[in-house]
Amino acid sequence: MNITLRINGKQESIECLPGEMLTEVLRRAGHFEVKKGCDTGNCGACTVLVDGKPVLSCSYLAVRAEGKEITTIQGLADEAKKFAAFLTAEGADQCGFCAPGFALTVLAMKEEFSSIPDEAQIRHYLAGNLCRCSGYEGQIRAIKKYLEAQHAE
Amino acid sequence: MQNNDYPIPLPNDAKLEATKQFNVVAHDLPKVDGEGLVLGRPAYTDDLVPPNALYVKLVRSPHAFARILSIDPTDALALPGVACVLTWKDIPRIPITRAGQGNPEPSPHDRFILDEYVRYVGDEVAVVAAETEALAEKAAGLVKVEYQKLKPVLDFEHALDNPIVIHPEPGIHEMFPIGFEPKRNIAAAYHMEIGDVEQELAASPVKVETTVHTQAQQHVALEPHTAFSYIDLQGRLVIVTSTQNPWHTRRLLGLAFQMPLRQIRIVKPRIGGGFGGKQHIHVEPYVAMVTMKTGRPASLALTRREVFEATFTRHEMRVKVRLGANPDGKLRAIDMQVLSNTGAYGEHALTTFMVAGSKTLPLYNKVSAVRFGGHVVYTNKVSAGAFRGYGAIQGLTGLEAAMDELAHKLSIDPVELRRKNMLHEGETSEVFRIMGEGTEGVAMNIESCKLEECIARGKELIGWDFTQLVHEVAPGVLRAKGMAIAMQGSGIPLIDMGSARIELQDGGFFKLHVGATDLGTGSDTILAQIAAEELGVDMEDIVVHSSDTDHTPFDVGAYASSTTYVSGSAVLKAARSLKTKLIEAVAEKFGVAPKDIVYTQKTFMTADGTKSLSLNDFSYDTLYHDGEKMKTIEATESFSGSKSPPPYLAAFVEIEIDTETGKVNVVHYVAVVDVGTPINPNLAKVQIEGGLLQGIGLALYEDVRYSEAGHMLSHNMMTYPIPSREDVGRITVELVDSYEPSGPFGAKSAGEIGIDTPPAAIANAIRNATGVRLTEYPFTPERVLAALKAAKTQHT
Ligand code: FES
Ligand code: FES
Repeated sequence: MNITLRINGKQESIECLPGEMLTEVLRRAGHFEVKKGCDTGNCGACTVLVDGKPVLSCSYLAVRAEGKEITTIQGLADEAKKFAAFLTAEGADQCGFCAPGFALTVLAMKEEFSSIPDEAQIRHYLAGNLCRCSGYEGQIRAIKKYLEAQHAE
Repeated sequence: MQNNDYPIPLPNDAKLEATKQFNVVAHDLPKVDGEGLVLGRPAYTDDLVPPNALYVKLVRSPHAFARILSIDPTDALALPGVACVLTWKDIPRIPITRAGQGNPEPSPHDRFILDEYVRYVGDEVAVVAAETEALAEKAAGLVKVEYQKLKPVLDFEHALDNPIVIHPEPGIHEMFPIGFEPKRNIAAAYHMEIGDVEQELAASPVKVETTVHTQAQQHVALEPHTAFSYIDLQGRLVIVTSTQNPWHTRRLLGLAFQMPLRQIRIVKPRIGGGFGGKQHIHVEPYVAMVTMKTGRPASLALTRREVFEATFTRHEMRVKVRLGANPDGKLRAIDMQVLSNTGAYGEHALTTFMVAGSKTLPLYNKVSAVRFGGHVVYTNKVSAGAFRGYGAIQGLTGLEAAMDELAHKLSIDPVELRRKNMLHEGETSEVFRIMGEGTEGVAMNIESCKLEECIARGKELIGWDFTQLVHEVAPGVLRAKGMAIAMQGSGIPLIDMGSARIELQDGGFFKLHVGATDLGTGSDTILAQIAAEELGVDMEDIVVHSSDTDHTPFDVGAYASSTTYVSGSAVLKAARSLKTKLIEAVAEKFGVAPKDIVYTQKTFMTADGTKSLSLNDFSYDTLYHDGEKMKTIEATESFSGSKSPPPYLAAFVEIEIDTETGKVNVVHYVAVVDVGTPINPNLAKVQIEGGLLQGIGLALYEDVRYSEAGHMLSHNMMTYPIPSREDVGRITVELVDSYEPSGPFGAKSAGEIGIDTPPAAIANAIRNATGVRLTEYPFTPERVLAALKAAKTQHT
């Protein structure tokens, strides 16, 4: 069967099998920025925005995305580049496998909070985005600096 | 960083001062691939699979130990779109090891790509390939396998000389003596003694004995093991894979398939984390079998469950340490006896086990007698393999527990006990010479060791006060501090080798080709930094290409904390030799002697200032303009260390323990580290932070749990949680000034040392809080509570 949805602003009609999750469908359609780290909704690597809200695409039935607006990190490339500059300046990107899903969640957090969230709020909002390489400290430093710079803009 | 308690001579090394003048090295430059990875550009193996590839699925054993009586693929093959089903009958019966190690491997050749026997739940039984993933999965479910179930051995304490023999099969062998005795379920064994330990212990007025049991641990690199293969235009087999060691993979596959190595090419794209978990062959043989059978590209990405059940874990170990000392705390003897569980196959069995001693015992180098020994045994559990820390973390957990027990017995500050006995710059340890990794070691003088500075700074950062190591913050809730120190190595001396080739390109930039394997650690970046520093250019002027057996020079791979030191030294040598060649070529052009050429700011000048030529202009001259003098200017160099200078770390932890619930939280973890010159301080720090967090996970909750029949219960990230952003308090990592004369620009390694201390330091903090020594890892609330209760009943 086919589903029709908007991916990063572009209307697309893509094939999906019954019971298939959104991660598979997006990757098959060439959206390799959506990573698969677990199969159980625990790691956050597969995060995409569905109508602007972060969703774990590995636990989101593809058919549910019919008519929805899907945003991957590629859809927010300009903003993602700005955040990437802070992340890499801290050396907080290692293997990078968690990065697209994690960065997307950071951008969603920025939109959701009207003021700069404090460290506990940041840690909580991003708790579902696991990183096995970094120890998180560098990422937190990068997020704080990014948010402050964005706020000042 | 100076502290008045510590009359430390200032680093007398002028070279350390020189590090302050570096332009590229010792700078926090962003990773070369950082932005691309954040944006999710196709980079990892699974992003690059050719569109017409077959999907591969593996049929795996549901039994912990069984003999395969028959495999019937009829139903699977009847499905339209199924390309093949392959079993042990389809490949030559060649014993190999899956451990990516040097040649000859110190691991026994006790494994077949596919075998008639299965030795753990998840062991590979058959390979199925089909047009779609769903079809391959369905077909795998239709393969009928008849098993003769055998009684498994699951408890490693009962494996030795058990009447059930896990490897009775003929043909398996060791490559050189490693103590391999499969009839006794022994994969490897080792023993060494310096001095007379029993006599020295008997003569010691103070003795302690501590036994710890460290559990298996999963790597949980976020990218699952993935590979695809195809036949290239010349009919060669190409495998693109998430591997830490392309050359070892090529060599082992050549052996397994009896293929000349020239027929195989291994390419490593970006890797989503390794930590040792990808220092093996897990997926490559199976895609290769399908491609060779069908001529089609084939791909296999393990599911997370397969990664848990059927790749490798850390070796579970029981470590018994006995110490003998004088009443003033002077250590006289150390005895460390270890039992290690290698699971179904002996990958890294001997070496992880030896590292438990070789990378811990030299810490206390002033003893008169030291002994190390024990066995590595087989069980019917998933194999253990390489994992960051690689035995050192297990050995250290035992040793540092015993050291703290000794401090308690003597009522002295554990920090002072360590300072009194530990290794210092300019000293050595006999252990270096005697114990290597699988072989004899290499004698080594310690030319850089800033443990004193690490300890002094760590004390400051945590606020260490020996008289105040514990206080109550709420009824039943205690805050306490603990500490531990650690060392690692930098590559395996005389065994690890790395190479680099640098070539001048038109436009005045350089191509840097390295065999080294960046597994997310940033080695492409730091190797480019080293080249740029030596060649006097900017980072942007170095284009790195790594890890392709056809296109980059040899490197053993990324493991044993080797990349910065071994591969980095190769890059430095290549850059030096290239610089000499450049200067010679320009000198010839100018008609002067090479010594009369000055090279700065990407420009060559004669010493008298009359002639000058930019690197950019020279690059065009040598490639396009100079007639018969035209040539490519390049240099290839290799490096193999004659020593393995250890990095050092002093760890201080503050925990909070709720004695009602047994819950332990890390409030603050401080690690002060001597990595020599950090080539990229940020990357080094973040890597150490990541190691600390893995170590904290090991200490507190990561555990590989099995059912009584040997099924893994912790087979996904729900049942095997790894630390999240909310699970720890603060982590502080600082690097001390240090310079290792034998390393590239003074560098040592940073990859593994971070993981080593948390299990020991946290246990020591709990001991300080409660008076109870926990020895069974991980310290889950149930265990902590049970230990506290047991201690209470004992006292009343
Ligand atoms: S892949 Fe979706 S949460 Fe891990
Ligand atoms: S950088 Fe590797 S998982 Fe986050």
